[in-house]
Parts: sequence; C-alpha cells; structure tokens
Amino acid sequence: MTREEFRQIAANGVWRQNTSIVQILGLCPLLAVTTNLVNGAMLSLATILVMAISGAAVASLRYLIPHEIRIPVFILIVAALVTVVDLLFNANLHQLYLVLGIFIPLIVTNCIVLARVEAYANKNPPLQSAADGIFMGVGMLWTLSLLGGLRELIGRGTLFSGIDMVFPGLHPLQILPADYPGLLLAMLPPGAFILLGCLIAWKNWIESRAAARSRRRPPEPATAAGCH
Amino acid sequence: MNFSTPPYLAQNVSVQRVMLQVLAALLPGIAAYVWLLGPAVLVQLVVASACALAAEAAMLRLLGKPLALYLGDGSALVTAWLIALAFPPLAPWWLIVVGVLFAIVIAKHLYGGLGQNPFNPAMIAFAVAIVSFPALMSQWPPVDTNAGFVDQLALIFGLAPRIDAMSGATPLDALKTALKLGEGSVSVAKIVADTSTYGQLAGRGWEWVAAAYLLGGLWLWQRKVISAHAPFAFIGGIALFAGALWLWNPAQFANPLFHLFSGGTMLGAFFIVTDPVSGCTTPKGKLIFGFAAGVLAYLIRVFGGYPDGVAFAVLLLNICVPLIDLYTQPPIFGMKGKP
Repeated sequence: MTREEFRQIAANGVWRQNTSIVQILGLCPLLAVTTNLVNGAMLSLATILVMAISGAAVASLRYLIPHEIRIPVFILIVAALVTVVDLLFNANLHQLYLVLGIFIPLIVTNCIVLARVEAYANKNPPLQSAADGIFMGVGMLWTLSLLGGLRELIGRGTLFSGIDMVFPGLHPLQILPADYPGLLLAMLPPGAFILLGCLIAWKNWIESRAAARSRRRPPEPATAAGCH
Repeated sequence: MNFSTPPYLAQNVSVQRVMLQVLAALLPGIAAYVWLLGPAVLVQLVVASACALAAEAAMLRLLGKPLALYLGDGSALVTAWLIALAFPPLAPWWLIVVGVLFAIVIAKHLYGGLGQNPFNPAMIAFAVAIVSFPALMSQWPPVDTNAGFVDQLALIFGLAPRIDAMSGATPLDALKTALKLGEGSVSVAKIVADTSTYGQLAGRGWEWVAAAYLLGGLWLWQRKVISAHAPFAFIGGIALFAGALWLWNPAQFANPLFHLFSGGTMLGAFFIVTDPVSGCTTPKGKLIFGFAAGVLAYLIRVFGGYPDGVAFAVLLLNICVPLIDLYTQPPIFGMKGKP
C-alpha cells in the first residue's frame, strides 16, 4: 500500500465519504445510540473493530467466495465477528452492554459494514480493506461522538455521562448550570435528525467554501450508492 | 392553469397587507386575554415579537436576502404573536424565546424562508415546547388569579418561584384527568358544574378568549383574507366527532360546543389551518385538510396524552398537503373531469 493510497483511504473514510454525513448510512444506531457522547463513541469503536477485521477477512477470501452467494457469506463473516464483540462487551463492559443493548448485535445489519465489504473489500487487497474499514469507522466515530455530545449538551447540559461505565474512575462533566431545564427534544429521535441535518449542512458549507477558494480542484469522486 | 380575460380589477394583496390584517384580527383575542389575566400577555407578545424580528433579520442577513423587504412583510410578527398566544400566558420568557427561535430559524428559514416552509412555524414551536417541557406548557393560570402585574412579570422573568397557585391545568386537561380518575363513575355534567373552572360553554373565561378569536376570524373571512373552507371544515371535523361521541355517551364525553370553545380550537381554525403556505391550496383540498385536522385534533385531545391536539394534528396534515393538493386539482375551465 503506497503512502498516497493510504492517504486517499483515510480522507475518504474520515471526511469525503463519511458514513454518517455523506453516505447517510446506518441511521438506526445513529438515532438510537447517540443520546450521549460515550454511547455514540463506544458503539462506533465496536463497529470499527468489526469493520477492520471483516474487511481484511473478506479481502483475503475474495477469490474463494462464490460470486452468486457472496452476500450470505459476508453476513456470516460479519455475524461471527459481531458475536465476538458482543461477548467482549458483555464480559468487560457489562453496564455499557446493558445500555447499548440490541444495538451491538445489530451491527451485523448495519449497512455501513455490508456496504464497505461489498463495495471495497470484495475488490481490494486485505491491507487496504482493513485500512478502509478502520477509517470508515473513524469517520463514524467522530460524527457519532459529535452528535452524541451535542445532543447530550443541549438535552441535559452534561458531557461524558456514562463515562464511569467505561473508565470507573472518571465522572461526567456538568457543563451547563445545574438548573438548566434541558431541551428534551434533543434527546429524542427528531432532535437527532435535526442535528444531523445541521451537521450535513455544516459539511456542505465547508466544502462549498473550499471549492470557491480553489476553482481548479479535481472533481469529487461519486459517493457510494446507498444500500437502503 | 386558469384562463380568464381582461379587464381585471386590481386588488392590493401584498404579503404585508395580508399579515397586517391577520395581526388586526388577533386583537380581539388579545383584548380578551388582557381583560381576563391582566397585561402580562402583552409582555409575552413584546418578547416574542422582538425575538422573532431579531431572528428573522439574522437569518436574512446570513442567507443574503434583502432585509427591508422581508422584515417589513410582518410574517415573522404573525408567527411570533401566534406563538405568544398559543403558549401559556405566564410561561417563562425563555420558553417563548426557544419557541420563536425554533419557528423562525429552523421551521421557516432552513426550509427556504417565507412561502417555502412545509410546516406551520407556530405549531412547530408549540410541538417542540410541549414535547420538551410538558410540565411548563401545561401550566395555565386560573382566570381569577388576583396576582398583580408585577407578580406576573416576576413569574415570566423567573424572579419568583413557580408556585402551584399560579398554575392550573387547562379546562380540557382538568376534564380529561377528572374523567380518568373517576373511572366511569364521574359524569361530565358533574365535573363541568364546578364553576371555579368551567363557565357557560367551556373553561370559565377562556371561552371568551375563544369567542374573541372567532370574531377576529370571521372578520378575516369577511375581508376575504381567508377562505371559509379550511376553518369551517376544521370546526366541522371537531364538532362531528365530538357530537357523535357525546350522543353515544353524554356522561363520558363533553358536548361539541365545549370542544369548540376549549383549548386551541378557535385559534387553530381561523389562524393556523388557514395558513396559505403550509396548508392546502385547492378549495377541495382545504376542506379535506381542515376536516382531517379537526378529527385528529379531537382524537389527540380526548384520547391522547397531551393537553391539546391542534398542533400535532396540523403538523401531521401539513405532511399530507402535497398529496391532497395533487388529488384535488380543479379541472381546467371548460373541460370535464380530471385536468
């Protein structure tokens, strides 16, 4: 993997084809889990793990998997990995496991995972595929953390609530005054949609400003087709 | 497509003129409010107006639209006044500000500004507030609070603790709660006989505010600012369902007049479902829109968990407007059947 290739994969995953604000994939965990920063970040970390290993696995097996039944095979590989992650969470972060609940097993059906396996790992060597999985996951990580943090801050006035479930010594931060009434809407799914819309608008605004600054920029690669 | 031949009569129908007439039609309702509760509601109106104009100016500047043209059309003021009147009159000032900001910034300008918003901004503000702060949004002062203007101001600006004496449920909410607690043993007639909350038709005092809205609305209709379709279909929708259930079981369901003069019915009928932007545009569509909104408002109000259903009913119907409009296009003049 050349340096340039690596740079391209990283830029695609983290920004240019960001799963949440460009491809708009995996909205279900996004809406349900990002009620605070810690939940969003931890689910993203679990997804990163699954995506990295599944990308490498599928890429290694890509000449062995029959083309006609590739999707069931991908699902089996992903499901095996998700089971491992699920058991890991259950064993080591049991409190958080109870909070995230069904959304850890549901990583199997998260279309980001399947989309990257089908669109990238199935056609590229293992190393690149693993990197792609990691950086797509990192894109999801920062978006979900930002969204979770914003929702938590607006909805409750705190940050990092639930951090004690991951690092027992740490405590959540009370950012806004304790008598802040909290905008409950931000904690509900409509609030997640509105804030996600604002994030997408913010990204488009940055892009359009950058485009206006350098008119001779190469054209954007087409975004991957959605799977829903 | 409509073909007609000249000569035409010129009519002055600028946005500004329409909006000013709507504001004027709200004045009787505001007067009734002041007469019932004192001038505190005027403070809310001022807070809402100032906030709406500031938000409108900021958004116009950000979007690079002409400031004077849009700021002067009065549409932001109408939204602000409707929000101030739909919210509890002694709600804390920041609740009104949150509502107005949400309405102007998100519900209006992020959807493209005046004439582009699919949802009624004032109802968005109401829905946001009641979903986020259900307790504050359900505190309606009883009309005979002898608290002075200063006390009310202190309450609005958060300088005094919000004590229960200054806040009760709306007559609608009180009725629903009493019926639920009675579990079938308490009849509507018995509850409504309590004259400290209920008057001749509906909530004591509040029925006059509703009647004043009706008066303003009829004036708007007479001035041809609004057409009769949507408001009367809305009233019909509520009255039909309320009437049917009342005839079936008068002990458990209040009569139609109670529902027409309670909660947001009159304000909704003449000032919300008549919104030319977020409502239907075809005459038949307006009838469907109004009727369905009325039925939904009644169902949410009586069987739902929220004190009133007008806001949710209107927002749900707002989503259906493109579909309703599509199926109710009037035939082209001179042609038979479908356009």
